[in-house]
Amino acid sequence: MTPLSALLLRDMRLAIRVGGGALMGVLFFLTVVTLVPFAVGPDLAQLRRIGPAILWIGALLASLLTLDRLLAADHEDGSLDLLLMGTTPLELTVLAKAAAHWITSCLPLVIATPLLGLFLNLEPLAIGAVALTLLVGTPALTCIGLIGAALSVALRRGGLLLPVLVLPLTVPVLIFGVAASNAAVAGPMSFGAPFMVLCALTLGSLVLGPFAAAAALRHGLE
Amino acid sequence: MLRLSATGLGCTRGSRSVFEGINLELSGGEALALVGRNGSGKSSLLRLVAGLLQPSAGRIELAGGAPQNTLAEQAHYLGHLDALKPSLTVAENLGFWVRYLGGDVAVLPGSLTALGLSGLVDLPAAYLSAGQRRRLSLARLIVVPRPIWLLDEPTSALDAAGQERLAALMRDHLAGGGLIMAATHGPLGIECKTLQLGRSAPSPLAGEGWGGGSEFVASAASQGGTPTPNPSPQGGGERSGARGTK
Repeated sequence: MTPLSALLLRDMRLAIRVGGGALMGVLFFLTVVTLVPFAVGPDLAQLRRIGPAILWIGALLASLLTLDRLLAADHEDGSLDLLLMGTTPLELTVLAKAAAHWITSCLPLVIATPLLGLFLNLEPLAIGAVALTLLVGTPALTCIGLIGAALSVALRRGGLLLPVLVLPLTVPVLIFGVAASNAAVAGPMSFGAPFMVLCALTLGSLVLGPFAAAAALRHGLE
Repeated sequence: MLRLSATGLGCTRGSRSVFEGINLELSGGEALALVGRNGSGKSSLLRLVAGLLQPSAGRIELAGGAPQNTLAEQAHYLGHLDALKPSLTVAENLGFWVRYLGGDVAVLPGSLTALGLSGLVDLPAAYLSAGQRRRLSLARLIVVPRPIWLLDEPTSALDAAGQERLAALMRDHLAGGGLIMAATHGPLGIECKTLQLGRSAPSPLAGEGWGGGSEFVASAASQGGTPTPNPSPQGGGERSGARGTK
């Protein structure tokens, strides 16, 4: 087993065993999505119209929930010191941690999306579009969050700094994710264009995130 | 032969200078005990060597090691924090570090037996005592062979038997050509040189408890950075220099 797969497996095991990762995120997602109809009223047509946006915001907030522990937990118990002393490049190490976070925290959200879409009176095509955009877009959320997690460890500030740092950076992902979902149902533009931009955002953050996070951690050594 | 040397090493935490002008030289088979009062920079010096802190001055060099690896990649760091996850079992915790740091998983059971943890393999680390956690951290040093051991108060929380085991492990490591730097407030139980950090207090450290082989190793300096083998007892205006001691 390579160092990276060992790290991936350990983080997934931790997330599942502590009970923090998968289930908590999905429950939070469920709570956010069920709260919205109470706020905007039981107007089915309106819910159907804003449904994709609600699902995206719910998923965004739920994916943030476990993000502050991504590196802080390892920092607090000394694991991060040893991770830094491994022979694996730090960029790949943090990428493996991000992958474990995505699998245990974001993938369950994507899987839960069809059910929650029914709550919002979405039609099957819209549910499919939201699930697909979330599947493609959540890796970008994790990688942007990875930068925030590394910065909050390096700056020795608590988890509250993280959402403030991360949420503004996720705005483009949110815009194109919701735009693609809406385009699939209502038009007028095609689904392809915003979806391609969303893919590009994800690919870009997959490259940028690990390098920025590793640089933040190295800088934090001083 | 492995040779670790540091020249003119300085460390600043926050805006406070912890120490400056530290020189040391250590070759394979040698151990160095770092002693000094609390806050004199023992842990900081170990973290500098481990690459976990950046020195504010000076440099650290390693000769004779594996050329493709950095100093940090050839060193074990055993700090105050034990890097154990409470929800993973003893075997899972150790197994992960062995795989991540590139050791041989086959020798894992043997190392747990060597440290008296063989009965606890499937117990979550949350239920371990402080001493058992320490032993588990020490097991990492055996399973993943790395030539440099940086130990921060390795004997803390260990019982008498545990300290003897640790001394035996360190002797084996030194016999195999490895080198050890250990911050300590008590005897390590092995032959070692001593580096006194900070202003020397009227110390109870000199004398028999120190494993015999204490000798002058590290010359250090007053503010100017010039090595002075015999600094005046008053230390002049120096706030937290380091000096060789007997």
